[in-house]
Amino acid sequence: MITAVRKPFDEIREMVAPYESVLLVGCGTCVAECASGGEKEVAILASQLRMDASLRGKRLEVGETTLDRQCVYEFIDRLSPLVEKYQAILSLACGAGVQAVSEIFPEAIVLPGLDTTFLGQTREAGLWIENCRGCGSCKLQWFASICPITRCAKRLLNGPCGGSRGGRCEVDPEVPCAWNMIVERLRKVGRLELLEDVYPPCDWSLAQGRGPRKIQREDQAIETV
Amino acid sequence: MRPFSHLQQVLESRTFAVTSECGPPKGADPSSLVRKASLLKGYVDAVNVTDNQTAVVRLCSLASCAILRQMGLDAVVQITTRDRNRIALQSDLLGASALGIRNVLCLSGDHVCFGNEPGAMAVFDLDSVQLLEVARKTRDQGSLCSGDPLTSPPKFFIGAVENPFADPMDFRVKRLEKKVKAGAQFIQTQCVYNIQRFREWMERVRDRGLDERVHILAGVTPLKSAKMAHYMREKVAGMDVPEELVRRMSSLPAKDQRAEGMEIALETIEALREIPGVRGIHLMAVEWEEAVPELVTRAKLTPRPSPHEEI
Repeated sequence: MITAVRKPFDEIREMVAPYESVLLVGCGTCVAECASGGEKEVAILASQLRMDASLRGKRLEVGETTLDRQCVYEFIDRLSPLVEKYQAILSLACGAGVQAVSEIFPEAIVLPGLDTTFLGQTREAGLWIENCRGCGSCKLQWFASICPITRCAKRLLNGPCGGSRGGRCEVDPEVPCAWNMIVERLRKVGRLELLEDVYPPCDWSLAQGRGPRKIQREDQAIETV
Repeated sequence: MRPFSHLQQVLESRTFAVTSECGPPKGADPSSLVRKASLLKGYVDAVNVTDNQTAVVRLCSLASCAILRQMGLDAVVQITTRDRNRIALQSDLLGASALGIRNVLCLSGDHVCFGNEPGAMAVFDLDSVQLLEVARKTRDQGSLCSGDPLTSPPKFFIGAVENPFADPMDFRVKRLEKKVKAGAQFIQTQCVYNIQRFREWMERVRDRGLDERVHILAGVTPLKSAKMAHYMREKVAGMDVPEELVRRMSSLPAKDQRAEGMEIALETIEALREIPGVRGIHLMAVEWEEAVPELVTRAKLTPRPSPHEEI
């Protein structure tokens, strides 16, 4: 999932300050799972904005809606009847959602309500951890399904570095050393020999090395008759 | 084959080697570096210059090494993968060779979060093992990481670091083997305070026959004070200072602690010389370079072999 955290209220207030009406648009997928931009969070922020405006004696109309997905045209299209009624849209989606909405409504002012953070996993209630960088060339088969590019602070493919202490990362003792986990797990499954090879440097051109990436598949394209 | 550097010559002649290091200044005036290096001259076979250690911006290692070369010292340029991508790293490797700096030490480097530019991008395009392989490839195959050929290959003796005291313990020797496979010809270790644990590590190193494939120089840092001993024990990642040493230092009044630190370092050197497979020591007397000539002399490691010819 893509995780995000809500921007501080002051920053949001400043962003919407020039407008008298704003439509809050949530997203029911990733950011709902990480409790930052789902229906509930839209309702909370809407109340907060209304209360704040009334305390300041400012006129602000706040609309609320949540799409199932804010990054897919078919869902975004549902905003069509609403967009013109508001001076601005405050999107509570990840950066991909914000951009998709503004691409479809190029005349509208679309503002980001969240800070998009990482690709991750819900570890437990209220805890999300980053575990994928989308490097474009998955190497998990070598590393007991623990990604060193994401989970080692130095992205070492031939770790561990000399700084781990008690199985903890030197950068943040709260974080387990990814390499300690890799070694332990490979030992458990009897595949330590996987670490005898020198793994070559990454090809970062498959990551963000050449600007934004795209996936294009002919088999998925809709045939136009 | 003719050795590339004085250090290589010393090690290959099976003379017990002594190296040391200098931290460059946090400014553009090299005089402190020159002062430190002149203290070391004649007492060590080569001098490392750290590469923005602890991620604090300093005068660069390459320029510092060039200054050491002008002073007639054999320099070891430390190159970390923290700040430069493979284009810059390979360019620096070529530059080092061109300047007559013929020892390179490849390491990943302390994370940027520890330094004075904590908002910097931590590059880590390569890791230390990959940098070793890249250095070897430029030298032996005359080609870059990508395979693109060079017009002339660089010349250097390639080194790496290893920490016998870090976790996971039993994997450290395998990792050393990986570094040797990648191209490491000499190893400088983390400071040794826990001799017993270092001995056990060396035993495993010998079991894998690695002592015959790579020259191991054990790290030694004289303790300046009980406070330093305590700090290193508690706070420095990857450091193993036994409680007993901390006690020994703190049992003395502050004015006698330096002398005790020297005694401990001398005992350590003596013990290290007895361990089969240890080919030398690397003295890291951080901001206490004056300690090096005294340690080397008292350990009866003088005179050092002089370079026979310009390499």
